[in-house]
Amino acid sequence: MLEIIDVTHTYGAYQALGGVKLTLAEGELVCVVGPSGCGKSTLLRCVAGLVQPTGGRILLDGVPVSQTPDNLAVVFQDYSRSLFPWMSAAANVALPLRRKGMDRASRRTAAMEALEQVGLAGAAGKYPWEMSGGMQQRVSIARALAYRPSLLLMDEPFGSVDAQTREDLEDLVLRVCAHHGMTIMLVTHDIDESVYLGDRVVVLSRSPGTVAGDLQVSLPSPRDQIATREHETFVRLRAEVGRLIRGNQLSPQET
Amino acid sequence: MAARSLGVVGARVVVVAAAAALWELVTRLAAQPYFPAPSTIVPRMYELWFSGPVTHVFLTDDALDTFPPSLGRLLVGWVAASLAGIVLGLAIGRSRVLSDFLDPVIDFGRAVPPPMLVPIFFALFRIGTPTQIATIVFGVIWPVLINAVDGAATVDRQHLETAKVFGLSRPQVIGRIIVPSAMPKIVAGLRLSLSLALIMMVISELVGSTSGIGYRLMTAQQNFLITDVWGCIVLLGVLGYLLNSSFLLVENRILGWHSRARQNA
Repeated sequence: MLEIIDVTHTYGAYQALGGVKLTLAEGELVCVVGPSGCGKSTLLRCVAGLVQPTGGRILLDGVPVSQTPDNLAVVFQDYSRSLFPWMSAAANVALPLRRKGMDRASRRTAAMEALEQVGLAGAAGKYPWEMSGGMQQRVSIARALAYRPSLLLMDEPFGSVDAQTREDLEDLVLRVCAHHGMTIMLVTHDIDESVYLGDRVVVLSRSPGTVAGDLQVSLPSPRDQIATREHETFVRLRAEVGRLIRGNQLSPQET
Repeated sequence: MAARSLGVVGARVVVVAAAAALWELVTRLAAQPYFPAPSTIVPRMYELWFSGPVTHVFLTDDALDTFPPSLGRLLVGWVAASLAGIVLGLAIGRSRVLSDFLDPVIDFGRAVPPPMLVPIFFALFRIGTPTQIATIVFGVIWPVLINAVDGAATVDRQHLETAKVFGLSRPQVIGRIIVPSAMPKIVAGLRLSLSLALIMMVISELVGSTSGIGYRLMTAQQNFLITDVWGCIVLLGVLGYLLNSSFLLVENRILGWHSRARQNA
């Protein structure tokens, strides 16, 4: 459903992406992992239509991405700058639904449903700044869910929350993803997270970013924070991803 | 919270009382005709303006002739300047082209002392309210305009990207994202311009007006009614305080999220 064909991007003289080739199938959860500065966020921003790639093409359901596509949502890392502090959680979730031509009452219903799915049924009237980081990111996820995109992009979605919350949110994403059958592209720098969450893990090399490895994750579902992480496939894949990332690291004097 | 605000009110009463007592003492010791004591000024104010019949909320005819024109000009001028300032400011703040073109004009405009323009407004309009309103508008538009420009120009990029990703329409982006995020700065500008509007009102009424508090101040001065002059000065001070207090009440309503968000951060 998503085809990224030889995408390159340069910021001035700096080449962030050096020809990325990647395809996502319907309903797949693909984790893009790579060292910081490998252009993985740039890749996500290209898919979201926020950045125009310098070269190559991106097709979503066969249609080239130029503007931000209709059927796409993003969960950003920095929830505090993505949620609108002048709106309640419910209003934040409901705001994008106007576009779908829904009336006030059905927007409200859809927002409440989505908040319930992320376990925030009781917090609909709260403002983002009254919530913990984990709760705020749940609201962001609820906003994306209520929007019912066919492709969900997540940019380091758990990078700013504590470890326990992170695990909760990871499981939340797996659960709702299975429930909605959404296609998800999740960008992270965390190797464990990529293996734990992904149906596939795509490793990007250090800049200019190219695909250094593309691994199927054949771990049993549903995944479990303890059991999955001690599964021998998990351990093997984790090492493999680690090696792929390290193998592409520059020597210290070059960094 | 309630105990704290009670304490604040108490402290304010004490400060005002102490300042009044000091003022009384100094003016009595100085015994200068140009500096009447508050105990002379306040009864004179009462006599002039606040000893009217109950049906007129105790306002005298003099007060009814003086206050409404002034307050009317002040409010009309301030509201017009605010609306123009906000609309222009948001447009300039969001448009590179507009700001490139208009920045020098704004800097030029706000460097011109508004009292200097009163004669020009005379020539353009005639003696009377339009001239006063024009003076007020020109004098108070700048804080609103500049703050609105700044507020609109510094909307968080991620807020705009979020809006873009979720396909918000242009009016939605303006109404739901840009205006609310510029609001704290706009409101700061509005507050500044409200107190400025009071000053501009007086200045505009000092010359070429036949009514209003400024006019009243002028005629009292020309007739050496020193106590009346001081009465006008005190009246303006009280008016300024009341305007600012009412503004804060409104501000709290529309910007509650902002102050509470900052306390939580």
